[in-house]
Amino acid sequence: MDVPPESRIEALLRGEGLLRTYEGRRVVDVDWIEVRTGEVLALLGPNGAGKSTLMRLLAALEPADAGRVLYRGREARRSDPEFRRAAVAVLQKSYLWRGTVVQNLEFGLKVRRVSAQVRRERVRGVLEALQITHLTEAPVDTLSGGEAQRVALARAMALEPEILFLDEPTADLDVTVRRGWLADLERIVRHAAPAIVLITHDPGEAFALADRVVVIEEGRIVQEGAPPDIFEAPATEFVASFTGAEFMLDGEVTETREATLIVRLDSGQALEAAGRAEVGGRVRVAYRPEDVIIGLPSSSTTSARNRFTGRVARLHPQGGLVRTRLEIDGLSLEVLITRHALEELGLAVGVPVVAQMKATALHVFPV
Amino acid sequence: MDVFVDAIRQAIQLLLSGDPYLWQIVSRSLQVSGLAVLLGLLAGIPLGTWLGLARFPGRGIAVALVNTGLALPPVVVGLFVYVTLSRQGPLGSLGWLYTPSAMVSAQFVLAAPYVAAITLAAVQSVPPDLRLQARALGASRWQALLLHLREARLSLMAAVAAGFGAVISEVGAVIMVGGNVHGETRVITTAIVLETRRGQFATAMALGLILLAIAFTANAFITRVQQAQPRRRRPLAS
Repeated sequence: MDVPPESRIEALLRGEGLLRTYEGRRVVDVDWIEVRTGEVLALLGPNGAGKSTLMRLLAALEPADAGRVLYRGREARRSDPEFRRAAVAVLQKSYLWRGTVVQNLEFGLKVRRVSAQVRRERVRGVLEALQITHLTEAPVDTLSGGEAQRVALARAMALEPEILFLDEPTADLDVTVRRGWLADLERIVRHAAPAIVLITHDPGEAFALADRVVVIEEGRIVQEGAPPDIFEAPATEFVASFTGAEFMLDGEVTETREATLIVRLDSGQALEAAGRAEVGGRVRVAYRPEDVIIGLPSSSTTSARNRFTGRVARLHPQGGLVRTRLEIDGLSLEVLITRHALEELGLAVGVPVVAQMKATALHVFPV
Repeated sequence: MDVFVDAIRQAIQLLLSGDPYLWQIVSRSLQVSGLAVLLGLLAGIPLGTWLGLARFPGRGIAVALVNTGLALPPVVVGLFVYVTLSRQGPLGSLGWLYTPSAMVSAQFVLAAPYVAAITLAAVQSVPPDLRLQARALGASRWQALLLHLREARLSLMAAVAAGFGAVISEVGAVIMVGGNVHGETRVITTAIVLETRRGQFATAMALGLILLAIAFTANAFITRVQQAQPRRRRPLAS
């Protein structure tokens, strides 16, 4: 019988009223956070948001100025051998010790007094899982950045922790190495531990790897939810902006309908957007460039509630896509299209186009 | 110039002949300086580690004091140890003056700051997050600290060599507190002073060559360690 997801999940680790201050600045100020068995939780936020400090508090690697962390209902402490065994972290700038890969992998097992035979089995198992058996006897100072990241993860996985904290596992890697490592992480991460806490500044990484995302801004949790919820319904301007939304001009709500509202932008255009706000209230509207559909003026009508006519003002290649700026009577729209679409539509600077946006693709925030 | 050549030739003959007087002095030198350095390590490594890792008010002054110890004039150290061990001194009852124990004491005072200062620099050269990473993998505080010291071990070995080099070649302190007693407190440096005064240049030169060989060995070791430093660990990031 299938068990409903909610009943399979239980809180393994819980932070309550966590506060951490550095030189008078509140780096972490979190009322409540849970890590549940069976999930990959991402702590997402820009650099300096306090997510690494929050991780250190949750892993009991650093004391909180106020609040407490509970592991299975008991106060979590590094001095508690059971918690030390259960909660393992790979720090962002972690170092491999001098010696070979296998010596590094055996470190945590030796401090746990694991027998030599079990050590060998565990080490072989994780090296195979991470496909780095060829590095077993390699001195760590001969490893590439990507190999070293794999060894650091293997060193933690060999300990078979209950909660594994990964602090920015792809940071500082170059683009190609990072891409391959991220793909490997997607494959590995669910087998690494029963509960994973991933710290990242990259929304793409969080959305690709996590079941639940906690967005952190200036030490506080500003939104929590499944990746689609965060992406499709950002709770604040910060979350929208951080997860890739562009902002249109401010405007005023002129009418509310059943599930949508009409916003008159300061640049003059009227928009229909999903959301709730008071009539007469000032709002800011956000959208994602990939949610805008563009076509030629002769194109047929779609279900999109918003349709504007303008001209292409700028074309800027961005990898396999082209970032296109449209000018629509004082309003600038950024649009992402494929190179194929660009060629098919024959777009060039000055070409007239029609931009269409669904009401549900727009996010409205009171100003 | 002939004086030099003759002296060196005679010195080599003396060394090869296995002269007991010569080797007794060398043996006493190694005993005194070896023990002083060992005691210097026992005091200097914990002190340097603590100063390198702890944060407390007045730490800057403590570090400056240890570094000042690198420039301690041996004669001044000899004077202080002499007064301390003299009949009227606070440790006069030990009766150590003009014994190898007094020489070890003086050389310990000279060696310990060297060891502490180099240890301090060595532990600070290891990133503090390394200990945190060890803790994050389940190590206790002590296990993490031992790992930290293990990572700094090459520099710590340099501390041993530097401490030994500092004491084996000093003369001011040992001659004051040891008295250069034949068969008891005569070491290489004090014997060189004596033999030179007596005009026994060959013996003095032989002892000088041995001292140079010891100093060279210690410094060659330090140089090797220093040359190996750039190949230390690398961070995970590429």
